[in-house]
Formats: sequence, structure tokens, C-alpha cells
Amino acid sequence: MSTTTLTPTPTPTRRNRLSKGRLPRWAIPAVGLAALILGAAGSTLGGFSVASFLIYAALLFVVGATLATTAVEGRRQGTNSFFKYLVVGAFLLALIPLVSVLYTVLERGLPGMTSDFLFHSMNGMTGAVDNETVAAGTPVLGGAYHAVVGTLLITLCSTVISVPVGMLAAIYLVEYGQGKMLSRGITFFVDVMTGIPSIVAGLFAAALFGLMFGPSTRMGIVAAVALSVLMIPTVVRSTEEMLKIVPNELREASYALGVRKWRTITKVVIPTAISGIASGVTLAIARVIGETAPILVTAGLANSINFNVFSNWMATLPTFIYYQILNPTSPTNIDPSAQRAWAAALLLIIMVMVLNLGARLIARIFSPKTGR
Amino acid sequence: MSKRIDVSDLNVYYSKFRAVEDVNIKIDAKSVTAFIGPSGCGKSTFLRTLNRMHEVIPGATVEGKVLLDGDNLYDAGVDPVTVRSQIGMVFQRPNPFPTMSIRDNVLAGVKLNARRIGKSDADDLVESSLRGANLWNEVKDRLDKPGSGLSGGQQQRLCIARTIAVKPQVILMDEPCSALDPISTLAIEDLINEMKNDYTVVIVTHNMQQAARVSDKTAFFNIAGTGKPGKLIEFDETATIFNNPSVKATEDYVSGRFG
Repeated sequence: MSTTTLTPTPTPTRRNRLSKGRLPRWAIPAVGLAALILGAAGSTLGGFSVASFLIYAALLFVVGATLATTAVEGRRQGTNSFFKYLVVGAFLLALIPLVSVLYTVLERGLPGMTSDFLFHSMNGMTGAVDNETVAAGTPVLGGAYHAVVGTLLITLCSTVISVPVGMLAAIYLVEYGQGKMLSRGITFFVDVMTGIPSIVAGLFAAALFGLMFGPSTRMGIVAAVALSVLMIPTVVRSTEEMLKIVPNELREASYALGVRKWRTITKVVIPTAISGIASGVTLAIARVIGETAPILVTAGLANSINFNVFSNWMATLPTFIYYQILNPTSPTNIDPSAQRAWAAALLLIIMVMVLNLGARLIARIFSPKTGR
Repeated sequence: MSKRIDVSDLNVYYSKFRAVEDVNIKIDAKSVTAFIGPSGCGKSTFLRTLNRMHEVIPGATVEGKVLLDGDNLYDAGVDPVTVRSQIGMVFQRPNPFPTMSIRDNVLAGVKLNARRIGKSDADDLVESSLRGANLWNEVKDRLDKPGSGLSGGQQQRLCIARTIAVKPQVILMDEPCSALDPISTLAIEDLINEMKNDYTVVIVTHNMQQAARVSDKTAFFNIAGTGKPGKLIEFDETATIFNNPSVKATEDYVSGRFG
């Protein structure tokens, strides 16, 4: 038996051997401030501009902060902070176009968002009317109501066509066709179709209906078919991906209860994946709602309201914007047309945004519940 | 409400590869039969052939006969869906349906098959099934909460409740406790002991103590080497298998001297 005597270890105030030098808290903000000042000075040398100031300041900050960190905390930390600032910089860079587009559209579109714009068509709006309003300084008359109606109807029709087709195709690919030649073929052609230019889809639909109803048949449903050609691959792809990530265990659990395959798919697999499918469908809609070229060759262009997709020409917001810019209603006074175009652009962005919010809502409602 | 299973000359193939060879086994009604053996010896594969669940895996085929009270599961014209509604299965990992509440999970077998059921009948079925799975007292106040919010052991008992709600003749269990802690395992083992009053239970387990605790008879499966098919080595009373096996390999395995 040996007794161990506990001698208190002497605790001289020595440096912890695990610790390293650390920059004081104020160092990085200080480097930032210095970079801003030096950047301002540097850009003033060659004629001041905001862009050059920001670029100089950002470069100085990244270099300065990296050097400071390397000097005090060591090389590894220096490299780490260098890449951290690079990543943040790339993120900010990516934000610039987004914010700038939103800002421009809001700035130019908001003045045009009048009740006249929202609830009237361009019916009877001639260059003379625009000239008068400009001369008198009164609000711009005429609006995009017909185009809103056309956009909604055509997009709705193409959604009604492509969602069932796309979803069923995806179900075939995932649940029935694993490894079969047909499913590999479908996958290949779906991939090819995702890449076809939209004008080709427009020409295809125009030619198809031209064969059936005579040349230059232009109506809403032709445009809807053209848009479906663009939508179906996206819907198939996203639905397929979502169905694939449904765990096989759930399918087996359902089969083991004596449930048929089709009911397993509709009651277990699809509900589990529905939130992803819904957002995939929304993205597909958002993709086609802004198409211009295929609409022009299939639905033509209209100035008056048309609720019937099965007869006569129709306008949509993109074609409305296109014509207001390219062919201003009054060639001598283009401002009213430009204002309408920007307002229509704003409206289009709002529609896409509402769609996205709707998809999130659907996803929230249908997603598998958690909680106790 | 339980039937016996007689298997004769059963071979299971994955495409060309023979996974299980020449199994002959007689599983009594209202008994617990355990399958033990090293990993990859085909016990899970064989278990899945007892309710035709192996067909879910592409390329899996079966030769031989599986008689459920004399009716061959593999006769032409037998619908696997009918087979599975008579022979239920509980899986290794608890897999309640994430989109459904506890109540709906129990009723899944009924609702998914689009059978109509009145509200009071449904309530009775939920209660009796959950009681049968020893889960009623723990969840009776939150039947409308999602099943995925339960603990692992509770989820597994929910899956058992879901299986007995369709009133099967036989319940197959594929390592039902391997993802659970000892206390949940004990709960399930108690449950298995009660279940043999009403059902024929077949359980695959890696835990030999578990096999010894819960089963009446034990089957030992083994495999000669990788790439060789799994075989049924010995099938006897559990006490015999563990105390006095007639085959050397069985003795080596149950005493831990394997390999």
C-alpha cells in the first residue's frame, strides 16, 4: 500500500500552451474603417465613383484583414479569414443584380400601377390618346387588364395540361419503370426537352394546330400547349427527384399491410413528397409565365379583353411589355408606353412572387408533421 | 386467428444468384419461432418470402412451396396483396407514415385499402390495436399527434399496432428490436410473449438471448462462405438449440465460438 500525497500543483501564471494569439475585438472593424477611408482616398485620385470606391475598399479590407489575422493569429487562421471574406464578398456580389433589378422595376413600375392600368385594356387606345394625355399632363390611360387575363388563363391551361402528364410520367419512371428501356428513354428525352429553346416549343405548337385547324391558327390554347411543352420536363424532373427520396421503408410498410401498389402511391408516397412536388410545379409555372417568344407565335397579340382561350388572339404580360417597348402606341410620345411596360413588368414579378409564396404555403400545409 | 406455415424445398434467387437454398420448415400456429444466424445468411430474405415481400425487390424470385394452412402462397392466381393482408410484417427500423397521426397510422391498413369504417368502429379498432401493442396508455391523449413524434420504441410498437389492426394470421418481425434501447426491447419482448396467444409469430434476431427469451422454436441459418447460398442448418425446440444442438455449427454459433 502506498499512500499518495496530494501536493497542490504549483500554479505559476504561465501561458496556456493550447492558446494562441488572438486579434482584439476592435481590430477587424478598425481594418474595415481604414479600408473605407483609404478606398475613398484611392478612388478620388482617379475621379471619384461609388463603384471604384467600393471595389478599392473591399480589396483593401480583404488584404488588410487577412494580413492582420496572419500576423497575430498565425497562417492557418489568416487563410481561413481570407476565404471567409471572399465567400461573403461573392454573396454580396450575387445580391447586387437581384436588388438592383427589384429596385429599378419598383422605381419605374410603381408610378404606372394605377387602377386604370390594372382594370382597363388597351382597347381603343391609339397614339392620339397618348399624345393628348402627355400634352395635358393627365394620368396615362389604358392598361394591361387584358394581358393579365391572358397570362392567367394561358398559364392555368398549361398547368392543367402539364401537371397531370408530368406527375404521372414521373410516377411511371420511379415506381414502375425502374431499369426498363422505356423509362431510360423517357429520362433521356425529358433531359433533352428541358434544354429546347422556348421559340421551338412555340413553333411546334403553332405548326401542330396549323395542321389541325389551318395555317396561322392563333388562340390561347395553342400558347398553353406550347408552354406545356416547356413545363412538362421540369415537372417530370422535379417530381421524379421528390418521389425518389421517399424512403422505400414506407412503401414496404404499406405493402406489408396488404395495400395495393396504386393506393400505396397515391396515399403514402405522394403525400410524403407533396411539398417538394408543389414547389417543383410552382418553379415550372414561374419558368413559363414570363415566356414571350412562344406566345407571340401562338397566341398573337390582342389589345382587347378575351376570356376565351379557344378563339381569337390573346395577349399576355410579356408580349404586352414587348410590344409597348418595341412598338410604342404613340411613336412620338413613348413615355406612356414605357410606363405601362414597367408597370407590367412589376406586375409579372409580383405574380411570380405570389406563386412562390403560395408554393411555400402548400409545402407548409402538406409537409409531414413533426412535434409531440 | 392464426395459421401454421409449412415450407418445402424453398429456394430464393436474386436474379441468377441463389440466396437461400432448400429450406424445409414447419412453423406451428400460435407459437413464436426465431431465426438466428450470422449476417448475410439469408434469414431476412427467407422471412420476406413468407409474405411475398421479396417481390418488392427487382429480380427476386422463389422456387418451392409455402403453405399457409395448406394453401400455397405461390400458386398461380394468388394475389400477393391477399397474402400480405393475412401475413403482416414489422420491420427493423420503425417506419410510421410521417404524414399521418398516431390514430391514422393504426387505421392505415383499413383506410389505405379504402374500406369504409364507422367512427365508433374505428375508435374501437384503434384502442384495441394500441392496447394489443401495449401503447394505449402512453398515447391515448395524443392520438391526433403525428406518429413520428414518438420515441423509437413507441414508434416500433405503433408499427406493431398498425400490423395487428388488419387482423393478420401471422406476424413476421425482421429484427424488430435492433434499433431500440434495452427498455423498449423488453417492452417489445413482453408484447411478443402476449401476442403468441393470438398469432403465429416469426422473428429474425441477431440477439441470441432474445431468441432464447421469446421463442418456442429456433431455426439456425448459416452460410458456407461469401457468394454461397444460405441454408437452414438446424430447427428445433429453443431449449434444444441452445443447450444441446445436434449440429456442430449451431453449437459454435450459440456459444459464441463462431468463425
